[in-house]
Amino acid sequence: MAGNTSEKWQGGLLGWIDARFPLSSMWNDHLARYYAPKNFNFWYYFVSLALMVLVLQIVTGIWLTMNYKPDAALAFNSVEYIMRDVNWGWLIRYMHSTGASFFFIVVYLHMFRGLIYGSFKKPRELIWIFGMIIYVALMAEAFMGYLLPWGQMSYWGAQVIISLFGAIPGIGDALALWIRGDYVIADATLNRFFAFHVIALPIVLLALVVLHILALHEVGSNNPDGVEIKKTKGADGNPVDGIPFHPYYTVKDIVGVIVFLIFFSIVIFFMPEMGGWFLEKDNFIPADPLKTPEHIVPLWYFTPFYAILRAVPDKFLGVVAMGAAIFVLFLLPWLDRSPVKSIRYRGMPYKIAIGVFVVSFIALGYLGTQPATPVMTNFARLFSLLYFGFFVSLLIIPTFEKTKSVPDRVTSK
Amino acid sequence: MMKRIFVLLLALAPAWGFAAGGGVHLDKANIDPTNKESLQRGARLFVNYCLSCHAAALMRYERMGKDLGIDEVLVSENLMFTGGKVGELMKVATSPEDAKQWFGTVPPDLSVIARARGVDWLYTYMRSFYRDDSKIVGVNNLVFPDVGMPHVLWELQGWQEPVITTVKDHDGVERKEISLELVEPGLMEPHEYDRAVRDLVNFLDYMGEPAKYERRELGVKVIMFLVFFLVVAYLMKRDYWKDVH
Repeated sequence: MAGNTSEKWQGGLLGWIDARFPLSSMWNDHLARYYAPKNFNFWYYFVSLALMVLVLQIVTGIWLTMNYKPDAALAFNSVEYIMRDVNWGWLIRYMHSTGASFFFIVVYLHMFRGLIYGSFKKPRELIWIFGMIIYVALMAEAFMGYLLPWGQMSYWGAQVIISLFGAIPGIGDALALWIRGDYVIADATLNRFFAFHVIALPIVLLALVVLHILALHEVGSNNPDGVEIKKTKGADGNPVDGIPFHPYYTVKDIVGVIVFLIFFSIVIFFMPEMGGWFLEKDNFIPADPLKTPEHIVPLWYFTPFYAILRAVPDKFLGVVAMGAAIFVLFLLPWLDRSPVKSIRYRGMPYKIAIGVFVVSFIALGYLGTQPATPVMTNFARLFSLLYFGFFVSLLIIPTFEKTKSVPDRVTSK
Repeated sequence: MMKRIFVLLLALAPAWGFAAGGGVHLDKANIDPTNKESLQRGARLFVNYCLSCHAAALMRYERMGKDLGIDEVLVSENLMFTGGKVGELMKVATSPEDAKQWFGTVPPDLSVIARARGVDWLYTYMRSFYRDDSKIVGVNNLVFPDVGMPHVLWELQGWQEPVITTVKDHDGVERKEISLELVEPGLMEPHEYDRAVRDLVNFLDYMGEPAKYERRELGVKVIMFLVFFLVVAYLMKRDYWKDVH
């Protein structure tokens, strides 16, 4: 008994813990014996990157909170205090402000991968739904966080966005008032946004990420071929095309993380404002309720939806259209009924539709940053139609689409 | 109420863009943040000419001295006119109420003005004052029309007056262009004045982000480390993945 190494392993500290808490089995279920398809490509780096940026935002956020003051009279100066007088404060602040934008870059690419490889399709609908709720929570988190520096753009951006709630018939004005806690954005708004930004939403986000991963590990990961690896199992009962997540994907993702950190560092150390895209010029002017900036723009990650909002002539319908643009993404698993998951084995019409969708989203993102001149508004209308048209096309395309035959096993590169 | 604000904002939307552009050509400031002498000259101009009305209340004298290589004693003797300790913030003696009465508006704090306006704007602005007797302060500015600030550096630059010329663009449309002409020379030659303004803007840019220089230096080291780490990580990945076919 004593000579057997595996039984010796069962003793010791780990054995003591395992008898009381499923540490080893959790490690095995989610890492060491979680079998992931061996053909993950470039797009799958954004999984671990999203997780890393989340941790980065939480850790830098904790340190920022140590010196930030959620008070309308002190907030702006406290951020500059962090930038100047707090040791390494500038680095922590830039990591956080750059991290916010990179979070959205990573999440958008992660969502795009789910879209093109059909990762939202049966049996992964709930993974997609949890992911979409994470996305919406992340937008709320970013929006509230952007008020905290209390610059002109923080203030007026929030003013415009919260006034959107005022467009809801009947209860609108009362609702907007209730959200703000004052007739305009004020100290009360700053305080409650701070509470949501540093406590409420991070908790929600972390819980949702756990649900997202649990749902994924229940059904197993999709892959660029859209093939279910669990269908072909070896003698040992493990998928033939699967490899343990740890160590294979941990060592692979470390490479991805470093490449990401190189890009991240280039921005943090050499262009933290990113030409006004990550930190807007007007946000270096303290919030002034009496002076409206010449050009109010939300940060880039909201601008596609902002462009859709402005494309609709009626304010309330504009808000509805903006909401619909986000909500329609939730329905994706039930809109695209093609049995073929991956774009690799789908027909040309689908590929064209994806292309048009990407172009529309980027074009809307650009138009949302520009003044709404008549020409620009017409372009925004065109691209809004194409954006929604994509989802309609998903309903129609499978009815006539000639798909290629999907292999039984994943293909190696 | 909010509805009205929102509608107003949307209605103004087309105007924002044009206002933002302003249509004024901005000259390149071409500052050199690594030039300590330029920064020191800029600091001297700043405390002599700006700091009596504008504060830089997020900046400490001590930090400025350290970063610019100015001795602490020199800072307190030559650059601090209000007395006090060298670790203090660059506040201003003028009360906001007085300032409002004198200039019609409270002069903005200049700590982060370079990040809000951009160095080219500041460089052009400080060189674009001209005589305009219709204004209370007797001057106007091409970059910032109807500005409340007097031409504080007039002694150095002298006085400019506007010259209006009509030019035809390539479509044959006539356009009025305003340029400025020096009619009364100051203590400095025009190129000296440009250099002085460049020094001042350089200092404002430094003050907007005192950590900028340190940030870039650290960045090079961090990225060099990451590139090295990338090679190691890639070799490790390749070794682990040998048996995946």
